[in-house]
Amino acid sequence: MSENIKFIQGNEACAEAAVYAGLNFYAGYPITPSTEITEVLASRLPQIGGKFLQMEDEIASLCAIIGASLTGCKVMTATSGPGFSLMQESLGYAIMAEIPCVIVNVQRGGPSTGLPTHGSQGDVNQARWGTHGDHAIIALTASNHQDIFALTVEAFNLAEIYRTPVILLLDEVVAHMRERLVIPQPGELPLVERLQTSVKGGVDYHPYLPREDGRLPMSDFGEVHRYNVTGLFHDMWGFPSSDPRTVHGLLRHLVDKIENRANQLARYKEYYIEDAKHLLVSYGSSARSTRHVVEKRRSRGERLGLLELQTLWPFPYDIIREKCAEAQSVIVVEQNMGQILQAVKLAVEQPEKVFLANRIDGVFIRPSDIMNILRLIQGRGV
Amino acid sequence: MAIKAYLRERFFPHLWCPGCGHGMVLNGLLQAIEKMGLSRNEIVMVSGIGCSSRITGYVDFHTLHTIHGRALAFATGVKMARPELNLIVPMGDGDALAIGGNHFIHAARRNIDITAIVMNNRIYGMTGGQFSPLSGEDVRATTAPYLTIDPGFDVVELSTAAGATFVARTTTYHIQQMTDIIQQAILHEGFSVVEIFSQCPTYFGRKNKAGDAVDMIAYFKKNTTPIDSKAKRENPDLIERGIFVQKEKPEYCSQYEKLVQKAMKGR
Repeated sequence: MSENIKFIQGNEACAEAAVYAGLNFYAGYPITPSTEITEVLASRLPQIGGKFLQMEDEIASLCAIIGASLTGCKVMTATSGPGFSLMQESLGYAIMAEIPCVIVNVQRGGPSTGLPTHGSQGDVNQARWGTHGDHAIIALTASNHQDIFALTVEAFNLAEIYRTPVILLLDEVVAHMRERLVIPQPGELPLVERLQTSVKGGVDYHPYLPREDGRLPMSDFGEVHRYNVTGLFHDMWGFPSSDPRTVHGLLRHLVDKIENRANQLARYKEYYIEDAKHLLVSYGSSARSTRHVVEKRRSRGERLGLLELQTLWPFPYDIIREKCAEAQSVIVVEQNMGQILQAVKLAVEQPEKVFLANRIDGVFIRPSDIMNILRLIQGRGV
Repeated sequence: MAIKAYLRERFFPHLWCPGCGHGMVLNGLLQAIEKMGLSRNEIVMVSGIGCSSRITGYVDFHTLHTIHGRALAFATGVKMARPELNLIVPMGDGDALAIGGNHFIHAARRNIDITAIVMNNRIYGMTGGQFSPLSGEDVRATTAPYLTIDPGFDVVELSTAAGATFVARTTTYHIQQMTDIIQQAILHEGFSVVEIFSQCPTYFGRKNKAGDAVDMIAYFKKNTTPIDSKAKRENPDLIERGIFVQKEKPEYCSQYEKLVQKAMKGR
């Protein structure tokens, strides 16, 4: 058997993928159900000369990796609900100061301490709007270990390309579940490295002036260019500014660089959607049960389809509108009170044909739950 | 290198009020750096939020102006990633020891090689004069119209107890001592804390009838004394200044290097 085949937890798959992507600085704080990511990296990073820090809390963890990212490191932290709440201010800082970093949130039941050892997908909107002020964010999710691996690598790549924090929204079920993972060979998945400025020392360098393609080349702290980084609105040198044109321009840039590329950033999987009368939209662990339902009913000739989302934010409105256009009904399957449901309703032309199939009691949504709701929607009773 | 070369002159005049002590701290800090002959590229200055934290905008180093209270956490990341850089973290009293208290004690506990400068004016200036955990009792502030009942922290005792391996205190009156102490703090391998009494005539002074900037600086002269002085023995109310702690203890980044050696050997 190849040593590249493993039977491991989703959290371990995420940690392995981060190392594959070039992670060399991690800071974290223990919290269920994300702790294994921190544990694996405590062991792995020193072996490859990387840096691992257990900080005093989640706030400090995100702050530390932002600092390290500025020196050129590829950085990550991982947490769960309460810790993710604590990180919101520094998350906004990373957005404003355009610092590449990856933040994993292994979702558990909330609000508050909630259900620490149970699955949930209740942080979808927090990932989008948790930090204050207008902004844009990239948030990815996955339903199985192979995808966790690929999307963790993707998260690092997108963080570099767009100079932004990227949130990886896993959930307790996929994170603690064990299944097969084939570790890709080196070079099999593309890796994006830090784009360094070509401006020579002594020449005026503008850390916040986008190139024509929208990318902003960086200069590592400690190198020849000295500049300022701040969470205040700032000019192209990084110096605080409240000039209305500068403020407007920066906010537009921060939002547009992501929102205008929603189609490009959309990662999703399709199962039987071409002729689907009932289109199920799901993501993360919920998509596993949903896929089971779709496969089973297809074998009986029922025209069900599944659209599995992997990019949750920026929300792929255009793609959803197009894919849902022909369906009689659209059923969003998620383990919350309808967070992606709202986005899907906004996307489609007939929001009245969009329904929610969910569970919010900490119990993993079963195929039978989805079937029952589907029958109700179809007017067939349970 | 002339002091001026360390400044970003185009950002002057600075935003500090007339009479504010923070410019004097900036002066002392740059004098120290100049004496040490450090190059601008080997210094990273990290700050949080508040009047004091605006200091990063004025100096031509790698500068990281972060969020309230968390400067030491950001600095820890920079230092761990690039141990060869000199990390200087100027903070206000509220920034360092109210919202940032947890990061302060943990940075001290790790003994990571960062120089923390607490610019202590016993008040929140940026928000208009609220009391801080260093105000102490019987101080008037906008949030203490009946005088404070909160005891203050003693920065020296707190830092020492938390594990800082260099702990000192000085004032804006004692500018030469300040320069000398900052220089030693930067040279010290480990977590160093320098508390500097700084005057805020606008809020602390006005509210507490402490007079103008000159009166407040004179107060520092009159009410402080070198450590273990005869004056202190005669008048225990005097506040001591000087270097309280200066000891060798394994520094965090070098400890981490040893850990890496161990982990690699196990491979």
